Amino acid sequence: MLLNEMLLLGAVLFCIGVYGVLARRNGVLVLMSIELILNAVNINLIAFGAFHDTVMGQIFALFVITVAAAEVGIGLAIVLLLYRNRRSIDLDQVDLMKG
Amino acid sequence: MLSANIAAAETAGKAVAASGWFLENAWLIWLFPAVSFLLILLFGKRFPRGGSEIGIAAVGASFVFGLLTAIQWISEVEGAGGGGAEGEHALGAGGLVVAAEGEASGGVSALTRSITWLTNGAEAIGAGIMIDGLAVMMIFVVTVVSLLVHIYSTDYVAGDRRYTHFFAFLSLFTASMLFFVTASTTIQMLVGWELVGVCSFVLIGHWWEEKDNSDAALKAFFTNRVGDMGIIIGVSILFFGAGTFDVIGVNEAAINGSMSHTVTLAAALCLTAAVMSKSGQFFLHTWLPDAMAGPTPVSALIHAATMVVAGIFMVARLYGVFFEGYAIGGSSINMLALIGGLTTLVGATLAFVQNDIKRVLAYSTVSQLGYMVLALGVGAWTAALFHLFTHAFFKACLFLGSGSVSHAVHSFDMKKDMGGLRQHMPHTYRTFMIGTVALAGLPILSGFWSKDEILVGTGGWGLFGGTGGNGAYTVMLAMGMITAALTGAYMTRVVYLTFFGEFRGHGTPHESGPRITVPLWILGGLAVVAGFINFPAGFQLVPASWEEKFLQWVEPVGVSYFPAIKHATPSWTLAIVSVIVALIGIGAAYYYYFVRVRAVSPAATELPDGPTSRSAVARLGHRILVNKYYLDWLYTTVIVGFVKGPLARAAYWTNQNVIDRVVNEAGTRSVQAGNIVYHKVDQLVVDGIVNATGKISDSSGEELRRIQTGKVQQYAAIMFAAATILAGIFIIVI
Amino acid sequence: MIAEHVAFGIIAAVMVASALRVVTTRDIMHAALYLVIVLAGVASLFLLVGAEFTGITQILIYIGAVIVLFLFGIMLTRSDFDQDEETDHKRKFPAILTALLLLAVMVGALVDRFEDVKLDANLPGGQTPQTTAQVSDELFSQYIVPFEAVSVLLLAALIGAIVIARREEGG
Repeated sequence: MLLNEMLLLGAVLFCIGVYGVLARRNGVLVLMSIELILNAVNINLIAFGAFHDTVMGQIFALFVITVAAAEVGIGLAIVLLLYRNRRSIDLDQVDLMKG
Repeated sequence: MLSANIAAAETAGKAVAASGWFLENAWLIWLFPAVSFLLILLFGKRFPRGGSEIGIAAVGASFVFGLLTAIQWISEVEGAGGGGAEGEHALGAGGLVVAAEGEASGGVSALTRSITWLTNGAEAIGAGIMIDGLAVMMIFVVTVVSLLVHIYSTDYVAGDRRYTHFFAFLSLFTASMLFFVTASTTIQMLVGWELVGVCSFVLIGHWWEEKDNSDAALKAFFTNRVGDMGIIIGVSILFFGAGTFDVIGVNEAAINGSMSHTVTLAAALCLTAAVMSKSGQFFLHTWLPDAMAGPTPVSALIHAATMVVAGIFMVARLYGVFFEGYAIGGSSINMLALIGGLTTLVGATLAFVQNDIKRVLAYSTVSQLGYMVLALGVGAWTAALFHLFTHAFFKACLFLGSGSVSHAVHSFDMKKDMGGLRQHMPHTYRTFMIGTVALAGLPILSGFWSKDEILVGTGGWGLFGGTGGNGAYTVMLAMGMITAALTGAYMTRVVYLTFFGEFRGHGTPHESGPRITVPLWILGGLAVVAGFINFPAGFQLVPASWEEKFLQWVEPVGVSYFPAIKHATPSWTLAIVSVIVALIGIGAAYYYYFVRVRAVSPAATELPDGPTSRSAVARLGHRILVNKYYLDWLYTTVIVGFVKGPLARAAYWTNQNVIDRVVNEAGTRSVQAGNIVYHKVDQLVVDGIVNATGKISDSSGEELRRIQTGKVQQYAAIMFAAATILAGIFIIVI
Repeated sequence: MIAEHVAFGIIAAVMVASALRVVTTRDIMHAALYLVIVLAGVASLFLLVGAEFTGITQILIYIGAVIVLFLFGIMLTRSDFDQDEETDHKRKFPAILTALLLLAVMVGALVDRFEDVKLDANLPGGQTPQTTAQVSDELFSQYIVPFEAVSVLLLAALIGAIVIARREEGG
């Protein structure tokens, strides 16, 4: 198997995730897209770990998974709060920081 | 300094390290004026003479110490058997001196002494002193001119309301310059470089209430900032190339080739940009004539004798980098020589059309600095520094003389308010004439010896039957010759307009007091004798032991941090030709002014139907010169106009508000004059600037607000796009 | 060897297709289910290259916990908005542009640098699985401090999520 197969797949997933983050207005969907990005990163970590024959890739991927779980928890809590206050999770309506 | 460890300089070949109490403690030399700056600033007003006595005492102490240091250095050099003396024998026999490492009987390498100033990772950055012939010479020049300028100023700015302030900054300037010339690391040089720039800014803007003056100060500062970028980048490149900030280490790395030629060249180019701004080289010279808005003693001290030669000193100090970077040996043109040559011509031509006596001298300074850069560019290291040495005295003499004249007629305009001052001001007239003759390069005054040495050093004079030199810089020789003629001509014009003909001003001018005339005579005397320190060898004019003393004392020989430069052999032919050329220039101007113009009327300043009214070409040339080659127009209209926008508006806003605010502050202050301690003013000014900074942030925020949509995804889009572009650039570059 | 390639190809194709559906589908519930497919694909890739423990963890945490969390989130915030997910062209275009640009840069760099590099090039005897024992040895010796830090982070996130999402008393 080629190293690049894994890496290119990671790159494609990453870019799809970026598109989702930038294009979707639904807060939950944006969080899902971020999960896609994080998974793309994990694929890279695992691929390089296997390439260099070290478990460090796995360990870092585990950390990423853990942090991603925490991030989803907080992110969904924020979306929930948003929904409760505005009856909507449309991110375009969240522009209190407009200068 | 207590923990200072005496790091004897790397000794190469049979060079011995210098030692001696004054050499080791040379840091005291800059410490005196530095302390004096603080004392004057804090307590100056309480002294009977407003703090000027502190300044004079401090600079006087520096002068004495500098002199003793110089004597100790000279005895070291003489005691070491004198590499220069050996060189003379070689010169007599072989025709040229090759000061290669180890070949001379043994030079004296610089004394360096440093403490660790800060440690960054594994890299310890030192700070200390590096004393050798070059530093000693610069200390002497700076302290002498500074001392005389201090004395002169007590009369010239007497009664000025910022009298104390003026002396404080003269002290700070002297301290910075001395710090700069004794620096042992490039970082220290950078610090000194910036400090003299700040002092120059403050002193040019001494009378900032007039917009012209504050404009000139800002112009000087900003032009210098352009070059400062050059020195910062250059020093960084040298650090990464040589792995050290030490001046000696950097030079060694450049000379022994451990730093690649590309790196050396890049560093040399960046540093050249710095030289161009600080030493007023074409095309960044435009600030120097404007800097004449400052008080005349400042012009003499900073913009003629000392600060502007900082660039020359820097090149001389890091000569290994420049010599190797530009491959000066064996070439016939390089950037340094070309810039110097152009500058010397541009300065000399512009000096013709000025009516302000100080501006003539300013352009003359530009031109003479061009000479020095040219000399460095062609490898005539000693000639460049010798010219620096003599130029400091006669140009300071001329500037102080012009100040004395303006003191009497209350104007700088030669055509309107001067003329015929010969009878009224005999001392000023005589010293001014000495300076003029020295500047024009007529024997036997100092300018002759140094200018001639530069012309010899170009080596491009096969047609005069000479030998030696580092290359065949014929173009540079031609440029130098033309300038020699021009110099004689424009100085004749100045002398006629100022001292001859009929007085055109109002009232009766009087000779200035002794505190002005005595420094003038001292400088005039030095302008006469300074050239005798470096008689060329092989002419049998003086005993051989008197020849080339300057070369022997100043030039490092047989040390590892100085490149092996060749010395050209002087010749009678060249000396005579250059004098004739200067005489032709003087003669032409003499005929025009002293004969033709005077025949029209004793009060006339130009011929009614001069060449400009008869020939279209001359008219065009005159217009170009009056407009200073349109360089200012290029900068202000084209370049500045181009970047007009939020940035330019913000700068303009600062200009308006900060300056206005300061002016208002001054008004309030004179009302409550009695009870405000000096540093409180500082506080207020600083406050003003702080507030202004806040307001600038505010207004720029107003502009930037528009991209703050509050939409988080838009931010993310910008972030991702920017990161992508940067990553793309990174990949392409790697 | 060939089997490995084929397996990878199928998994990758399914993953990319599902990922595209995640970011383009109108129904957010569908998006969550497609995300499950992508995450499962990632887990199987991990198993394919011998990263057993991470593969299992991926399934447990992502499919077991994170997706469930998402489903809760979707249901708690369900509104009229869900069905009309709109994505106008004005925001689609820069997003596509950015993503494609990013893809071009990354693909260019990867192809340039890792062309024809075998994944198991460093191993004489082909792919050896990295056992769970190895992972735990490393994790609890060299990486014990980050491990503890992450535990604290999780705790903090837990408390934070509760505090944020909790209904105000009487509200």
